[in-house]
Amino acid sequence: MALRTDEWAVLAGGIAAILGVYRYFFLAGKATASAVAGPSGVQEVTVLVKGGYQPRELRVRSGGPVRIIFDRQETDPCSEEVVFPDFAVRRFLPPNRRTAVELTATRPGQFGFTCGMGMLHGTLIVE
Amino acid sequence: MTTTSTSSPTLETVTLPVSGMHCAACQARVQRVLETTPGVEQAGVNLLLNSATVTFDPARTSPERLVETVRGTGYGSELPAPVQDLAGEEAERERLAGEESRNLWRKALVSLALGGLTMVLSMPMLVLPAAIRTVAIPVATSFVVGWAGRHFYTRAWQSFRHHGADMNTLIAVGTGAAFLYSLVATFAPGLFIARGVAPAVYYEAVILIIGLILLGNAIEARARRQTGTALRALTRLSPVEARVVRDGVERELPLDLVIRGDIVVIRPGERVPVDGVVLDGSSATDESMLTGESMPVAKAAGSLVIGGTVNGTGALRARATAVGAESVLARIVRLVREAQASRAPLQRLADRISGVFVPVVLSLAIVTFVVWYLLSSSAPLVHGFAAGIAVLIIACPCAMGLAIPTAMMVATGRGAELGILIKGGEALERVGKVDTVVLDKTGTVTEGKPALTDVLSLPGFAETSWLAAVASLESASEHPLAAAIVAGAGGRGLAITPAQDFHALPGRGAHGTVAGATVAVGNKAMMRQQGVDCGPLREAVARLAADGKTAMYAAVDGRLAGAIAVADPIRTSSPPAIQSLKALGLEVFLVSGDNRPTALAVARQVGIDQVVAEVLPAGKVDEVRRLQAEGRVVAMVGDGINDAPALAAADIGIAMGTGADVAAEAGDLVLMRADLGAAADGIRLARRTMTTMRQNLFWAFIYNVIGIPIAAGVLYPLAGILLSPVIASGAMALSSVSVVGNSLRLRRFR
Repeated sequence: MALRTDEWAVLAGGIAAILGVYRYFFLAGKATASAVAGPSGVQEVTVLVKGGYQPRELRVRSGGPVRIIFDRQETDPCSEEVVFPDFAVRRFLPPNRRTAVELTATRPGQFGFTCGMGMLHGTLIVE
Repeated sequence: MTTTSTSSPTLETVTLPVSGMHCAACQARVQRVLETTPGVEQAGVNLLLNSATVTFDPARTSPERLVETVRGTGYGSELPAPVQDLAGEEAERERLAGEESRNLWRKALVSLALGGLTMVLSMPMLVLPAAIRTVAIPVATSFVVGWAGRHFYTRAWQSFRHHGADMNTLIAVGTGAAFLYSLVATFAPGLFIARGVAPAVYYEAVILIIGLILLGNAIEARARRQTGTALRALTRLSPVEARVVRDGVERELPLDLVIRGDIVVIRPGERVPVDGVVLDGSSATDESMLTGESMPVAKAAGSLVIGGTVNGTGALRARATAVGAESVLARIVRLVREAQASRAPLQRLADRISGVFVPVVLSLAIVTFVVWYLLSSSAPLVHGFAAGIAVLIIACPCAMGLAIPTAMMVATGRGAELGILIKGGEALERVGKVDTVVLDKTGTVTEGKPALTDVLSLPGFAETSWLAAVASLESASEHPLAAAIVAGAGGRGLAITPAQDFHALPGRGAHGTVAGATVAVGNKAMMRQQGVDCGPLREAVARLAADGKTAMYAAVDGRLAGAIAVADPIRTSSPPAIQSLKALGLEVFLVSGDNRPTALAVARQVGIDQVVAEVLPAGKVDEVRRLQAEGRVVAMVGDGINDAPALAAADIGIAMGTGADVAAEAGDLVLMRADLGAAADGIRLARRTMTTMRQNLFWAFIYNVIGIPIAAGVLYPLAGILLSPVIASGAMALSSVSVVGNSLRLRRFR
């Protein structure tokens, strides 16, 4: 059966839209931030919590204490907790406030962190 | 407040908030007082930051004392104790959650009411002024979209900007598309008619979808809050104030100012404020909230009391032994929170799926639309559009995200209520797989200290008199069994009189003179040496020995008076607990350092068939390894200190504590009460939780696997079934509510 012009258009549009979805959500937008060592020697990095974690990748050096400051600028209960399962940390993030999570990165590796229900994702890369 | 160790190992620095300072003079005053406080090396008070940074010698003073010093100057200062912190945090979360919940309910109910009204007004057979359809209904929909559903769109946009997509994305795209389509159909119907398509509108669907999803969210929010109830209850156990006696004066102090060594007064019915050792008074405390032990626990001088438990009818004075983060309650709270933060290995599966879920669903919705458009013979645009939206709306990543964590939260909380602390998700999963349980005998199956268990009197001898004489004799002895006899006599209300001419004969017994009578106690050899005939009690003593007890004859003035037996008594809770372990399909082993007959006797009495006796502490590790080599998943139950190596070697270490010593943090499961029944409960709870997690994952997964194709219309060619987006939204709301509800069933575990 031959496709009409509008059908061709819908088919092409659909394929383009799917490619767009794939590109936008899976390939683009992997921002990374490196922690900066403060005067006390503690590495510090700030993460904006607003519909997700911004940046989603944090780089720190191994062997020292790390302070990750979560700046939660929303009231959506989805992000009210942050969990670092590898460090056994579950922290409540009060809305519209900055909350520091302190951990010690002893070994290099990639450690995921998520919201309390595992819907928002970020990665802590220890180098 | 932050505490850091400075270069000198003996000094510590603390920063305290100081409130109420208005001028440089205030600042100078606080600084001067701090500097002259014993133990303070250096103090800096900052007027702008309203804080004091103090370097001090922890051996001579403490942050707690410094806070008091500051308060003594008339200014305010705080030192938040971790448990109070948590209580405050929980209170704030509660408040926020309550606000959120009220908001959701209001929005849901208004939307559903408007949706119902719109649905009625949209019925084709109603003859209504055109303005209803072209003005009133679009305005009502705009109101619901812009007010009740607003957060779906703003949150979706926030995620989208960061290349993220979640639940909100699906709802926003689904309802947003339906709303815009309807607006175009209302205000520019020509665009549709020109192409031979009837201009359909979905206003009531948009309103109802938003209403139903909000309703689901509201129910889910309430249910989700209940998953943390147990932990919240724990944080609230600590009282706010304590009655402290300082310098002979009793006064009420905020709990964070109570320091180790303080004397606290606990009145009848009050909560015990801190962990401590009783100095005087006698009472019984209800420790059920921490240990799951339902009977009140007697307290007298020397007993340990735990902060957060409730005093019974007597008054107590106690010296604080642990406060703040050190306290048993704080440690329990920390353990439970850490467990809830850890990740169950099953979660990884859920994570992998939820990470790609939303973009995949978006793609499926596009495919659905295209396929309908190409294949439908009638009204392809309308059908394709409705099906595409139904796909977006029915898909529910939330149920998958909630499947594991909610079950973990409820299970660890419920465990804590029962006096079973689970160390984390991984431990929980491994406990669920255990098939073999190794029990340490001494202190686990038995009480762990010898006691006088049997007293047999011969006719003509009053137990009260000869047992008192034997106990009086033994009170001069240093033998460990002697203490058990003395304590046993004391427990029977017998008085001890001093013994003369005490002689101990190692391996036989002892003899001496008590109140003018010659008294002898010991084995057959002892009696023979004293010229006493053991005949009348020989059989009874043999029976006692066969039960693994240490039996002794007692003679007064050269005549056999009776026999006594000392043993490490089996906990009354042990035999039924071992029955329940077996009923769970577990193989039970007993290991003991004792000699074989004693170990066998205990095993027989509690119903264990497999016994390994005469093992050294290191031998327990080998025994665990041997069983593991047979392919078993082994749980070792023992006390957290002596058996720590064996607990660590086992797949699951179950440490049996007695309330006060959660310090025994070895082990994957910590039992707060010395009751094997708690071990059986722990294993049952873990198994039940694993089942709940699998059910949750299965339903969340299968729901999407079945729901999405139906929404897409795969049943349409076969059975003519097409899901309306409104039904899809109802199903979506139901799916996450049912997952949370299923997890909450664990709260009723007993």
